[in-house]
Amino acid sequence: MTRYQPILIALGIAALLFAPIGQGNYIIYTLCSWLLFSIAAMGLNLTLGYAGQVSLAQAGFMGIGAYITALMTLNGIHWSVAALISILSSFAVGLLLGYPALRVQHHFLAFVTLAFNTLLFLVLRNEEEITGGSFGLVGMERPTFFGISTDSNLAFYYFSLVCFLLAAAAMWWILRSPWGRAFKALRENPIRAESLGLKIRRQTLLAFAIGSAFGGLAGALQTPLVQFIEPSSFALIHSLKLLLMVVVGGSGFFFGPMLGAAVVILLPEMLRFTEGYYLIIYSALVIVLMVYSPNGLIGLGQKLAEKIKPRQEARRDLKEGVQL
Amino acid sequence: MNMRADTTNAPILSVRNISKQFGGIRAVNGVSFDVRKGEILGLIGPNGSGKSTLFNCILGQLKPTEGHCEINGRSTDGVRPADLSLMGVGRTFQQLSVFPKMSVLDNVILAGQEHQGSMLSRLLGKPDAGLTEKAEQLIEFFRLTPYRDTPAGSLSYGQQKLVDAAMAFMAGPGIVLLDEPAGGVNLTMLGHLKERLITYNREHGTTFVVIEHNMEFVMSLCTRIIVLAQGEIIAEGTPDEIRSNQMVIDAYLGG
Repeated sequence: MTRYQPILIALGIAALLFAPIGQGNYIIYTLCSWLLFSIAAMGLNLTLGYAGQVSLAQAGFMGIGAYITALMTLNGIHWSVAALISILSSFAVGLLLGYPALRVQHHFLAFVTLAFNTLLFLVLRNEEEITGGSFGLVGMERPTFFGISTDSNLAFYYFSLVCFLLAAAAMWWILRSPWGRAFKALRENPIRAESLGLKIRRQTLLAFAIGSAFGGLAGALQTPLVQFIEPSSFALIHSLKLLLMVVVGGSGFFFGPMLGAAVVILLPEMLRFTEGYYLIIYSALVIVLMVYSPNGLIGLGQKLAEKIKPRQEARRDLKEGVQL
Repeated sequence: MNMRADTTNAPILSVRNISKQFGGIRAVNGVSFDVRKGEILGLIGPNGSGKSTLFNCILGQLKPTEGHCEINGRSTDGVRPADLSLMGVGRTFQQLSVFPKMSVLDNVILAGQEHQGSMLSRLLGKPDAGLTEKAEQLIEFFRLTPYRDTPAGSLSYGQQKLVDAAMAFMAGPGIVLLDEPAGGVNLTMLGHLKERLITYNREHGTTFVVIEHNMEFVMSLCTRIIVLAQGEIIAEGTPDEIRSNQMVIDAYLGG
């Protein structure tokens, strides 16, 4: 961490604390939505950006979290217990799905996760007795903690913010631990990593399962935010959207998913005035970005920063003389 | 400077009658030898003599058609590369094999971290797994200290070879297999690399098996040399014996 990073992070958190003040319900709702999608995208970033595996099932894991939370809270169980079960279940399903799927890896894994997301969608739609089918589930209340209700949108925003910060702290911990180094090594040179004792399959499987667990938490937040869930909220298109968030923001960068989620959620709102042309403009922008900066917006920022102020690399070998 | 570690009679690596067939071609044909602890063994031979195939059979990357290898009395049959590393076998690669975007320090720490504690303790413990000091010593040993925080990919070719070697030594392996360590390295750096390898062998008693084309390098580094031609051992002995062996001169060194 550089000297400025703690200051920037403190400023960022302060901005998040003040962001909803004086805003209407719609903006606060959008901000909550951004927070929870950031959590899901953060998880996918671990799988895709760090462990280098393409998963098209992240929305499916959100669905698992959302439905478990909905069914449990509708039966009078407190949200915190339901959320914990949601996270653990997503982790467990991630392990079960990943174990056979990661044997194939890369684009094959993409197909397996795609099939899983579709399968989950069909189960949620067809098992009407449990999931309410196409009509979904309604009437889930927002949780109360120690007598403080999160019923108002503002209160729910701060509740989501706490969850988001906890998730970000957990991710930061993982990435700065030896696991983080192992994930980067896997992405850069898996053959060398394995020759140094790294158990590739186990490490990748854990990255996938932890990433899925983040999806589960995001789903557990979506249930009380929207207070209505239905299968199509967790269909394949949403997994693709999450993938877009990670890629647009900058996969493999800590803040990439947060930035990507902001763009993917806010840009459609900002392009609303273009009416029918919105999707065309949106997709054109994404294509231009990917061509110019495959590392997403953060990569683009780095490119620009280096253009403005190129780093000087001294010839240290000359300084060392003929020693080397 | 040229003193080597004392060797013992106990073999650390036993290659037993290894053969490897690719379709109609027998790349390695019934090769057997022992490597004793503390030895620096050179494996030389012209292109296509089966050196790399043999190397890959020893390292479990290829399954031999016949025969097997033992490291410290344990068979390497079907052992995955990660487990081989955990068994105390280090290796370097013929091509550059560092983690280019990670700093030199992170490269070297990574090489040791999987040998520390359990997976859970690595998640919950210190970010450097308590290895910074040891990694810095090794970086210092290879005189890479000025590049400690530099991304390994931006170093020169020879320096990256040194990082690769530092990584192979980080976990304190009993035996290290070096695949063409001199390839593409300039003369000054080559002398440095050889001197460091010899010093490491003397100080730690680590065994080396070296595949190499650079004769000068092999002859001055190794204590014993095995010459392969057409998949078979044609000569074995000290560097001086090999230099004067007529079969070797005919097959490889040239008149």
